This record gives sequence, C-alpha cells and structure tokens, in this order.
Amino acid sequence: MKKKSRREFLKTTAGLIAGTTVASVVNVEASEKNYTKDDAYSMLYDATLCVGCKACVSACKKTNGLPPVKGDFDKDGLWDAPKDLDSKTRTIIKLYKENEDNWSYVKQQCMHCAKPSCVSACPVKAMKQDENGVTFYNPDVCIGCRYCQVACPFNIPKFEWEKTFPKIVKCDMCKFTSLKSKGEPACTEVCPAKAVIFGKRKELLAIAKRRIKENPDNYINHIYGEHEAGGTNVIYLAAAQFEKLGFPKLDNESPATFTENIQHTVYKGFVAPVALYATLFFVAVKNREKREKDNERGDN
Amino acid sequence: MAHENEFVTIDRKIITRPFLFLLTVTIIGFVFIAIRYVKGIGAVSNLSDGYPWGIWIAYDVATGTAIACGGYAMAILIYITNKWKYHSLIRSALLTSLFGYGLAGLSVTIDLGRYWNLYNLFIPSRWQFNSVMFEVAMCVMAYTLVLFIEFLPAILEKIKGKDNRLSKLAAYIYPKLNNILIFFIVLGITLPTMHQSSLGSMMTIATHKLHPIWHTGFLPLLFLINCIYLGFAAVIFESILSSFGFNRKYEVNELSGLANIIPWLTVVWVSIRIGDLIYRKEISDAFSGDFYSVMFLIEFLLIFIGSIMLLNEKIRKSPRWLFITACLILFGGGLYRMNVYIIGFNPGYGWRYFPSFSEFMITLGIVAFEVLLYLIFVKMFPVLPSGHNTEVIVTEEVLEKSEKMAGRLEWQER
Ligand code: SF4
Ligand code: SF4
Ligand code: SF4
Repeated sequence: MKKKSRREFLKTTAGLIAGTTVASVVNVEASEKNYTKDDAYSMLYDATLCVGCKACVSACKKTNGLPPVKGDFDKDGLWDAPKDLDSKTRTIIKLYKENEDNWSYVKQQCMHCAKPSCVSACPVKAMKQDENGVTFYNPDVCIGCRYCQVACPFNIPKFEWEKTFPKIVKCDMCKFTSLKSKGEPACTEVCPAKAVIFGKRKELLAIAKRRIKENPDNYINHIYGEHEAGGTNVIYLAAAQFEKLGFPKLDNESPATFTENIQHTVYKGFVAPVALYATLFFVAVKNREKREKDNERGDN
Repeated sequence: MAHENEFVTIDRKIITRPFLFLLTVTIIGFVFIAIRYVKGIGAVSNLSDGYPWGIWIAYDVATGTAIACGGYAMAILIYITNKWKYHSLIRSALLTSLFGYGLAGLSVTIDLGRYWNLYNLFIPSRWQFNSVMFEVAMCVMAYTLVLFIEFLPAILEKIKGKDNRLSKLAAYIYPKLNNILIFFIVLGITLPTMHQSSLGSMMTIATHKLHPIWHTGFLPLLFLINCIYLGFAAVIFESILSSFGFNRKYEVNELSGLANIIPWLTVVWVSIRIGDLIYRKEISDAFSGDFYSVMFLIEFLLIFIGSIMLLNEKIRKSPRWLFITACLILFGGGLYRMNVYIIGFNPGYGWRYFPSFSEFMITLGIVAFEVLLYLIFVKMFPVLPSGHNTEVIVTEEVLEKSEKMAGRLEWQER
C-alpha cells in the first residue's frame, strides 16, 4: 500500500511538473529575432579620442539636475568625485591603466540595449523603451523592486539608497532635457574631442567600421555593443580589450530573450495554467466522489 | 469536507515564556522596520547597487515561501493523489503556509523602495507580462488569499460554537464554504505550481551574474520540485516540534509516510541538477573546490545525506531521526535557494554583500512573528489533529515503538 501511494504520488507530481518541463527545455524556440534598429538613436564613444576632460560628466549633471558626489578624501567638499556610476551620476569617465604607457579612458552610461533586460524585468512598465530605442524611467509608477538592477547585465540602474523616498536613476539619453530641447544629449553636445557622438545606429556603426578600417593599428578589431546582449545603441571603440576596460563579456543574446522564452512557453495565452487547473479540478472532484462512496459503503 | 472532530484546539494558556521571548524579538524587528521607513533602506541594510537584493528577498521571500509550501505539498498528496489519511495534518500545514506567505508579503513591502506605488500592480494598463516579477507578485498575493479561505473553516468552526450574533452567520456560511472549498483547494495547488517555478525563472535573467553552477534553463523546474520536498520536510519539522512542545502524541505514522516520499523527489531533483551540470559542461566547476563549489557541495550533501537516511525505515519511524533528517533537507533545499538568490550572485568586480545587523533583526523579527502567530492560532482554533481520524491506521507496534522512543528521550516528560 505504501508503495502504491508513493507511485501514485509521483505519477501526479510528474504530471504537474511536465508542464514546466516544456519551459525548461529552453532555447528550443529561441527566437533568432534581431531587435536592433538601424534608425535608433545611438551614441558612439571612441576611447582613443577621449581626452578625459569630463565635460560630459559635468554637462550631464547640470542638464539633468544631479548633485555632486563628495569623495571620502574630500572634507571640504571641493570636488565632484563619484567613484562609480551612482544615484547622482548618470555617466562617468574612468581610467584604465595597464602600465605607465598603456592606458585608456572609458565612459560609462546606460547602453540603451536594443532588447533591454531592465524593461523586460520591470513588473509595472516603469522602465520603457521608446520608438527611438531610448530606454527611460518613469518614477510615477515604479514600485522600487529593483529587479531592473538585478536584470541589467551592465549594472546601470542605480538606486537612491540613502533616501526615504528613493528613485531609480539612469541615463535616458536626455530624453526629457537636452534631446528634447536641442535634439542631442548633453554629453555628446559638449564633448570637445568629439569622442562621443550622437546619431542613428546604422550611421554610427558605419563610422566605427570605417575608423577601424582606416586605422587598424589604432584599435582592436571589435565594436563593443554591435552584438553584445543582442546589440546596444551605445557602441564603443577602443585600443584595449573591452574586458580590461570594465565591460562584461556577454554573448549575443539579450538576457531578456532567455527569460522571456521560458515565460512565454509556460504562459502563452494562459493555456497551461488553465489546463492545469482543469485537470487538477477533475481529479480532485473524482477523488471526492470516490471517498464519499467509500464512506457510504463503510456506514452500511 | 472535514469531519468536525478531526481537529482540536489546544487548550493552553496563550502567554507563556516562549511567547514572551518571541514577542520581544518581534518588537525589536519592528523597531528596525520603523527605522527603515523613516530613514530609508540604505540606513538599515548593506544592500547596494551591485547587490540590490539581500536576505529579505533571498530568505524571507524566495526561501521562506518554499518552506511554507507544506500546505501545497499536502494538498497535492491529499486531494490529488487521494491519500485521505494525511488529512489530519492539513490544517497545521495550511496555517504555517498562510503565515509563511503572508509574512513574505510583509517582507516585500519592507524591501520595496517605492511601496506607495504598489497600487500600480492592480491597474491592467500597467501590467507587464514579460516580467517574471509581475507573475510572482500577482500569484503570491492570490495564493495568500486562497490560503486564508482554505483556513477559514477552522475559524468558522470556532465561532459557530459560541453563542452570539456572529456565530449564526458563521453557522450559515460554514456548510456553504465547505461545498465550494474544492475550487479554492485546486486553486491552492495551481497557484504555487505557477509562482514557485517562476521564482526560479526570476533569476534566469541574471545570465552573467548568477554563477553557472546555478544558472540554467532548468531553474523553474528545479525550484518547483524543490518546494514540494521542502514542503513535506517542513510539515514533518512543524508537526514534531509542536507535538514535542505541546506534549502530544507524535503523528509518526503519517509523518513516516511523508518522509517516504521525499527521497523520490530528491532523486529526481538531484538527477536533473547533475545531468544539467554535465550537459552544460559545468560539472568540473561544481567540484573545483572554490567558494562556489563548496557552497554547492554543502547544499548537495545535506540533501543527499538527508534523503539516503530517509530510505531507512527505522529512521522514518523515529520522531527524533525524522526531525533530524527533516532539518537536513530543509537546510540543504533552503541553501539551494539562497545560493541562487544571493550566494551564487556576483554582479562583478568590487561588489560585496553581507547582511547588516538590522537586516538580520528584521528577518528574525518576522520569523518570530510567524511562530508567535502560529502559537496563538493553534490555541484559539481547531488546527492540530485530534487523533480521531478514523482513517488512520495506527498499528499497536508503531505506537508502542514511538512511545518507547519518545520516553527514552524524555521528550514526553516536559
Ligand atoms: S544597459 Fe541596462 S539599464 Fe541600460 S537599457 Fe540595457 S539593460 Fe537597461
Ligand atoms: S525598481 Fe522600478 S523601474 Fe526597476 S524594475 Fe522595479 S518597478 Fe521597474
Ligand atoms: S545621454 Fe544625457 S543622461 Fe545620458 S550620459 Fe549623456 S548627458 Fe547623461
């Protein structure tokens, strides 16, 4: 009898599980879909041109109303000294130093992924991508769950940890400020070396490719963001390996695609949950009838 | 559906020494919660932009709800595989599930940065169906409600026995509720199947941050099976502990039946886990001996040893050993979830996370609150099995054995 109960239990559990198994055989249905758009708003940053003046950082702060960050060393508050991207800093210039002769600046901000993980993760559409491929944030609906932070492969969204009523902060290509008023983000507008430029994705990719072709010794042969995480709208040229510059090594599929494949397989049209409910209900009712019959028999 | 005398109210004083202890811990926890609401999350936690989720999510929600899956696991066993003899255990399982889920919900509202915007989850135009978080949130809320409805008969039974206006209402609702209860019971099986697997899907999006030992497309399936055996282990744990605490007879026969199921689930689980590691060629990683590998091995060994032990009939018939093995399974299965949610999570260079004192106190406060509510409820409502379940076949031999065993441990003597 024990044996039998166990077998039956396992059988049913197996049935329960079968539904989700379908989902687990991921990538079967992996969409080869290409999310990049040729006319998406884009930025190209060329590390070999950057002079490290940080005009972009200060322009970004001024335009988007972000306060300076005090460094640990700085008692008098004389510097704006963020160590990294944070809730007061949407973009930052970092210095990668291999040795005295070998170094490179690098700019960080939101990559504006073609298929953004932050947007896919957000339960309430507080992270959104507009028709130009710009990913932006709406604090009015955000519940502060920080799943976007977990999901972003570049660790871009930042949270105002120190505040009682915090927000998420990230680069939105100046969607509501400079882009709207001047047709260009603040950082690209002020860059004196034209190290970061603004344009359509297709044009910027062409420029990047031309620069590598014309000066192959100047660059490593890799445009970061062309394919990474399903392609990003902010793309990079550099003389050093991108991993050394602090970029994660990613594959060419957006993390969002991986998860959405699972989610969509299980929840497509809500068929599976409804079928599961119906099956279970059928079994449970039958069991109840059986039990009642047995009870009656027992009473006689 | 239930026989009315199948469950009893424990007739004891509510205010006892353990009660006061738990109350103190709860109050301390709530003081820290108050600080969090005044000064912000950063003031009480070690959370950072690299580790946006800490133990409030990884333990209270991702692990806590799995341990609270007793009600779910028992419902599958009783209503779907028709093992009615376990029915006497259902209410205490439901009660623990109700508090487990309810307080996971509380943890979420503590963790949410912009909790006042939570109403957006109820506005259809804001729904984002690609978001695993959305599915989990909706499902968990619905299930907590369902758990409450499933537990309602216990409350009604109590009220209708009294003599006041409310009791008439209760007497009126009670049979009606019993008739439609099956709809909710089945919902109470469907919903956890959905959100427990989704809790696994949740971390699949952290493709490059979650260590490859844990990151796999099988996460939803692994989480689902994991919560079922954790559920059974939790029922064993809770039943033995409350028999011990209230000086009642151990439900050895039923519990050993449950214990018998666990190894079969863990065997499937372990096979998928290992098979997947081999398939993805990460198996050498898992045994490389670094930090992540050690965490994996601990998790793995706890479950493995616990399951092997449960294959032994003597162990399954001894309350003490049942308790120990249940703990092994709970720790191992729980650690698996902690591994997926924080320990195996690495956002990249320079980020560190270890929970702060206040974070611990808030989590402890919530757990203490959970136990506290349990203690109050079993003394107010008919929750624990009365031992009058006619369908239980307790053999003399088993009874004698368990009593002897318990006597030897002087557990009954307290
Ligand atoms: S870089 Fe991160 S924050 Fe920016 S769009 Fe991509 S996923 Fe979103
Ligand atoms: S923190 Fe806000 S923006 Fe980020 S996922 Fe949660 S609700 Fe969306
Ligand atoms: S695009 Fe705008 S918000 Fe983004 S980094 Fe540049 S200036 Fe800052």
